[in-house]
Amino acid sequence: MTWSEALTQLQLALGAPEELAWLAEAIAYFIGAFVLVNLSLVLALILIWITRKVVSRIQDRIGPNRVGPFGLFQTVADALKLLSKEDITPANADKIAYALAPIFSVFPVLMTVAVITFAPNFVGVDLNIGVLYLVALGSIGIMAALMAGWSSNNKYALLAGFRVVAQLLSYEIPMVLAMLAPVLLVGTMRTQELANAQSLYIGPVNLGLGWFVFLLPGAFLIYFIAALAESEQTPFDLLEAESELIAGFHIEYSGMRFAMFFLAQFLNTFFLGAIAVMLFLGSWQGPFADQIPLLGPIYFLAKVFFMYVVVQWIRGTFPRVRIDQMMSFAWKVLVPLVLFLILAQMILMKLPWPANFGWVGYLLILAANLGAVAVVLRVLGKHIRTEEVRTKRAFEPKSLIGVMAPVSPAGD
Amino acid sequence: MPELPIPIPPLPTLHESVFMAIALLTVVGAFLVVAARNLFHNALGLALTFFGVAGVYFVAEAEFVGVAQVLVYVGAISTLITFAIMLTRGMMYGATSPLNRQAGTAAIIAATVFVVMAGLLGSLPWPVAEEPIVDGQIVIANLGVGFVTEFVVAFLLLAVLLLVALAGAIVLAQDRK
Repeated sequence: MTWSEALTQLQLALGAPEELAWLAEAIAYFIGAFVLVNLSLVLALILIWITRKVVSRIQDRIGPNRVGPFGLFQTVADALKLLSKEDITPANADKIAYALAPIFSVFPVLMTVAVITFAPNFVGVDLNIGVLYLVALGSIGIMAALMAGWSSNNKYALLAGFRVVAQLLSYEIPMVLAMLAPVLLVGTMRTQELANAQSLYIGPVNLGLGWFVFLLPGAFLIYFIAALAESEQTPFDLLEAESELIAGFHIEYSGMRFAMFFLAQFLNTFFLGAIAVMLFLGSWQGPFADQIPLLGPIYFLAKVFFMYVVVQWIRGTFPRVRIDQMMSFAWKVLVPLVLFLILAQMILMKLPWPANFGWVGYLLILAANLGAVAVVLRVLGKHIRTEEVRTKRAFEPKSLIGVMAPVSPAGD
Repeated sequence: MPELPIPIPPLPTLHESVFMAIALLTVVGAFLVVAARNLFHNALGLALTFFGVAGVYFVAEAEFVGVAQVLVYVGAISTLITFAIMLTRGMMYGATSPLNRQAGTAAIIAATVFVVMAGLLGSLPWPVAEEPIVDGQIVIANLGVGFVTEFVVAFLLLAVLLLVALAGAIVLAQDRK
């Protein structure tokens, strides 16, 4: 807490009584939180611009290019437009819940920034339960969606609210369990210690490439897929289906309140990428990050923005899944897979290794990770294919069943 | 400095004022649970109370319990209760009265529970930590070790209970062909 100590010193130098030292600390924390939160809000403007540019390029368009250099200020103009729009509250809406829902959807996302490790000594609070804190925040957003869906007094909003809860709750389980893998490996939930653990020393030089994605590729893949679903991105954006349908649980919202749901979604995508970077992609670690401290935040932001662009790339190229496919993918593929992975890792870590057996142990964990993915996908794949045929039949119009030729068990 | 005729009571410290704000929030939430006329507002009040309790844990520097509170109660239990309310026909909209013919019995039970709890909590000698816990890491690690050594039977029994609940839910939701 060097920052608050400095403020305390300043206050003492100015002749303030010792009893008010807490005030300095409170102000220091307040300024820190204020700066971080407002930076994330500005970040959202850039994120929306990146999304538009990337998706446009994929679709062979130029994208926003009129307002400002490279259309950078297009989002600012849009935000101004949204601010000036009429704020409509449906006549029979539940006023309190209706007003609170957008706030509740943004605030857990902004709270995330507190434990993000931007650089070796730059983190809001190094909570000893950092990873668990991130998990807990993720569960608050579900309540916000439910509140928005219910309070709009619109049955479509309510149905979409149910669907959002089903999606978020289902994908939370594989995501949390995948986040457990690096935590188990290091034995800490402190985000800064997780970052430190991903160093790679060759002699005395830290190459900074001991990323857990090289050790736990299966866990990273599961985390990434589950995070896509958690942030409601393509191919799991059927709640919103921006390109074809009206929006889901926030259908009745207009103006800035509607924008707040979008803000939450964009920031959530970014911060879930940041969590992926902290847990699997070495946080601020990289070549020479120890020698040149300035490289730390650059590496970190570069990796997070890379993750964000990958997500937008997926958004521009993948088709959307159906809701039954989405649910059965979570429960029948991801959950068994991640349970198997964690179990294999735990057993390997608890085997009585002789001392100085590190490298072989790590290689075995990597092998177990890859093996588990291969075995589970092989076993489940066969089952899923037969299941697929069954659900396909269920979705056909009743009149056609029996008329159509039987679907071959090999699928499409 | 001249002596003041009446001593000013010391200002609450930052810690105390934060605690007071959170406690107030908790009590308001608890009041909403009982007094709000709309069942959905009751559920939201409950979520608020859970948040407040988590805040009290944070003030007491029990971050792990606080976060677990948010995760389990706000994230799971509140959502479950809201779902149950929403799926119950006729309960979602419209006002319900907090007073019905069971009000008298409920008041007696609540008062009894309050008296017993207050007496119990007031008379217990609470252990006070000599110094602030610097490294919460060790506490969590001990908790984890405790689960798989000393309290392994209780832990396993809870796991079996949850498994049975899960299996039961699947059986209930199964297609009946």
